Amino acid sequence: MKNLSSLRRERAVKTVLTVIFSVISIFYVMPVLLVLINSFKSNNAINMETFSLPDAESFVGADNYIKGMTFGNYPFLMSVLYSFIITVTSTALILLCTSMAAWYIERVGGIIGKGVYYLCVFSMVVPFQMVMYTLSRTADTLNLNTPFTIPVIYLGFGAGLAIFMFSGFIKSIPSEIEEAASIDGCGPVKTFFLVVLPMLKPTLISVGVLEIMWIWNDYLLPYLVLDINEYRTIPIHIQYLRGSFGTVDMGATMAMIMISIVPVIVFYLICQKHIIKGVAAGAVKG
Amino acid sequence: MGWLFLLPTFIAFSIGFIWPFLQGLFLSFTRFRLTSDWEWAGIDNYIQAFSDTSFVHAFRHTLLFTVVTLVLINLIAFAVAYILTSKIKGADIFRTVFFMPNLIGGIVLGYIWSMIFDYILSFYGTSIMLDGRFGFWGLVILMCWQQVGYMMIIYIAGFQSVPEDMLEASKIDGATGFQALRKIIIPNMMPSITICTFLTLTNSFKLYDQNLALTAGRPFEMLADGSTVRTTELMALNIVNSFSANVTNRGVGQAKAVLFCILVVGIGLLQLFGTKSREVKN
Amino acid sequence: MKKILALLIAATLIFALTACTGEEPTEKAGSVYWFNFKPEADAALQNVAKSYKNQTGVDVKVVTAASGGYNTALIAEMDKKNAPTLFVVGNMESLKTWGDYCYDLKGTSVFDKLNQDIILYNEDGSVASIGYCYECFGIIVNKDLLGKAGYTVDDIYNFETLSAVASDIHKRSGELGFDAFTSSGLDASSSWRFSGHLANMPLYYEFKDRGVNSQVPSLTGDYLYAFKNIWDLYINNSAVTGASLATATADMATAEFTERKAVFYQNGSWEYHKLKEAGFTDDELQMIPIYTGVPGEENAGLCSGTENCWAVNKNASEEDIRATLDFMDWLVTSDEGTKVMTEEFGAIPYEGAPEDANLFIKNASDYVEEGKYSVSWDFNLTPGVEIWRMGLVDALTKYSAGLSDWSEVEKAFITGWEQQYKIENQ
Repeated sequence: MKNLSSLRRERAVKTVLTVIFSVISIFYVMPVLLVLINSFKSNNAINMETFSLPDAESFVGADNYIKGMTFGNYPFLMSVLYSFIITVTSTALILLCTSMAAWYIERVGGIIGKGVYYLCVFSMVVPFQMVMYTLSRTADTLNLNTPFTIPVIYLGFGAGLAIFMFSGFIKSIPSEIEEAASIDGCGPVKTFFLVVLPMLKPTLISVGVLEIMWIWNDYLLPYLVLDINEYRTIPIHIQYLRGSFGTVDMGATMAMIMISIVPVIVFYLICQKHIIKGVAAGAVKG
Repeated sequence: MGWLFLLPTFIAFSIGFIWPFLQGLFLSFTRFRLTSDWEWAGIDNYIQAFSDTSFVHAFRHTLLFTVVTLVLINLIAFAVAYILTSKIKGADIFRTVFFMPNLIGGIVLGYIWSMIFDYILSFYGTSIMLDGRFGFWGLVILMCWQQVGYMMIIYIAGFQSVPEDMLEASKIDGATGFQALRKIIIPNMMPSITICTFLTLTNSFKLYDQNLALTAGRPFEMLADGSTVRTTELMALNIVNSFSANVTNRGVGQAKAVLFCILVVGIGLLQLFGTKSREVKN
Repeated sequence: MKKILALLIAATLIFALTACTGEEPTEKAGSVYWFNFKPEADAALQNVAKSYKNQTGVDVKVVTAASGGYNTALIAEMDKKNAPTLFVVGNMESLKTWGDYCYDLKGTSVFDKLNQDIILYNEDGSVASIGYCYECFGIIVNKDLLGKAGYTVDDIYNFETLSAVASDIHKRSGELGFDAFTSSGLDASSSWRFSGHLANMPLYYEFKDRGVNSQVPSLTGDYLYAFKNIWDLYINNSAVTGASLATATADMATAEFTERKAVFYQNGSWEYHKLKEAGFTDDELQMIPIYTGVPGEENAGLCSGTENCWAVNKNASEEDIRATLDFMDWLVTSDEGTKVMTEEFGAIPYEGAPEDANLFIKNASDYVEEGKYSVSWDFNLTPGVEIWRMGLVDALTKYSAGLSDWSEVEKAFITGWEQQYKIENQ
């Protein structure tokens, strides 16, 4: 009897929680919805009635999107392309190189391995402002100033977080499987790619998500490093919607922000099962 | 042969971090306008940095902000994770929704939230720019909103790794929920707690974009000695402002950055050792 | 599948690593790299660069900094292998930063064609930079609306009359359907109109009294009463007031003016083309001086000057400097060059440049012809410009919201100046 009433109470609590969480969820997506709504409104309406839905007068259709994509004489599609190239190659490079490095650090270690590991953790707490001028000069000297070479910079500056997370995971997996593989005659390259890398999948995902989010939205690093006449990423493109004295075309800006977050959200929705599993499994075993 | 695995990362790390960092460290002891145009200055820049009241204020403000966000984000994320693992209806959807803010860049978030806060505050005839407390809590809310989702996911996984049989056994022994939390759940979740606190700590310390976009340090306060304190300014923003005010000597900003690193490393190490030592080794 | 993925990743890695060892770009003798300040002008300048290349074979690269990022980017750019050969040094602060990097323009052909005194000198007397346009600011009046309210521009000749007209219009704004001033928003997009341009009024009169024309370590603030006069007038006679000013934007002010909801709009000659596009005719508009209640201001004209000054990089190669000077000369003499310059930047101060169609520039010279004194841009002498202005804007915001009294603004103005002067000259 007692059990039954406690069960009933539990169910009631759960229902209440569901309701509360639903309300919170609405507030949670509000800011994104706000951008979406305003991207269809005229500039005046955005300034004056930020929170109202577009009406017949303030609705401008796709005007803001067209304006945002066609202003200036830099083709917007190229920005999208460069953003994609930089994000994809940098992330791929980071995932491959740092997982290999982390494997070495954990399995071979030694003074060099340990040293690199602690340097990496250290690099996580160094603010970008500390190195912004020196980094942009170094990148220029080494010709790392194109979308095809900037991944090296991202690998260098993003290695810290990745190695920190990979090391944590590799530490938690038993080395017996790898040993067995090497007894079977696998060299380190084969062992890594055939045995270790597949096991790292969850961490690959969680590191990948963090790096993609960082690189896709990054503004200052590419702005200082890239030749901005030839190569503009989406965040740089958005910044050029501001006039010389900070006047902003709000409508076009909202539209471009929408365009810049849609790919990430779509990517997230498609992969969310993996991402959530990956973030969880990858982080927790540290 | 194995070291080849380390090589690519090591080279890139040297280019992208070690070399620029060392150069930056060196430049903090010089007066410089360009990184190639400097003049030795000894510890002058450090003296100037310490005598800058706005820097000392930003220092303290950043510490306070970090502590508050660290505690709040982790508590909320932990609680939300706990509720979502108890299989309430719609848990999957909530998980997705809460994770979403992570996907949006910091400057954008800052602008969106400044519009929201100002809309709300306009009913009370004020603005987020007018009161340091609004600026502070506004930024705390923004950071919680952005980060709770990611930390929550890590905690959910942590909960799943708590051994069921231990919980069952404790129930049979008549342990209260709180006792179970303290004696079983938390010790088993220390790895997640370590990661989450470390990530929130570094995120809050280095915060720049959101700070700039939300209040840019406003409101200001002029002290009796004539120096100005930007009440909601965090360290990274202070460094950047220092670069732009000190046009003939950017070394001061650089010295501030070095001091900032030392501080963060100190605290980070303390925190890391603090939590690591409490982890249970399974 | 995984193998393919791994292969792909490996391939990109190899690609990235080999690409970064690619050959150095071969540099052609004599090229121009203009690091431009104004995002709005970017598209037009890119086209001019192309056309110059077609005509002369000289490479011209124009890079435009993003808004608010000029200084940060200039520091990074000047450090690169191919540093800008032509950049902007327009006020005391950037002269202090970059003066040592400026090629002495004295005696160059473009310098000799300059027909106005828009020159920044280094301490050793060398010419660091020269203006490439000149501008003016004041209060833009919608004469039609003013007429509807029963006044003409001639009714306004000092602060008293401006104040009387403005408050009368504001009082009747309900029935008239328009207000006196556009909103004095203090959002970053709009606040520079006050922390920069409006603050020029007390600075100008103080410096005139003291007979200074260089950066001074401290201010007396003798004319801050005038600043208060005009600021109070602005915020008490417009649609947006109080705390809402903190986030009111430039867009809002522009919209109020172009939708004919306000008579007066403090801004500069650079707004002319935008107003034309919004459907204004020359007959409707006039720019009048900013009257602030300073004795003798009946004889004031508009505020004329510029922050747009060219400097040539001394450290560039001989050929590049040559090419850059030739390009500058071409911009201010050729038909095509002058056309773009006037369209994008306004009037240009060079001999033989075509008469500018900008109404407000004409207004400015009309005042001068009437024998009135033109107010120089003394705010160009501000130390630590960005930080000083931020402090002033913050104080104005609090004052306008009723959270503090005027003494806070005075403090930000005077003490802030001292502080920034100290920091900048440490």
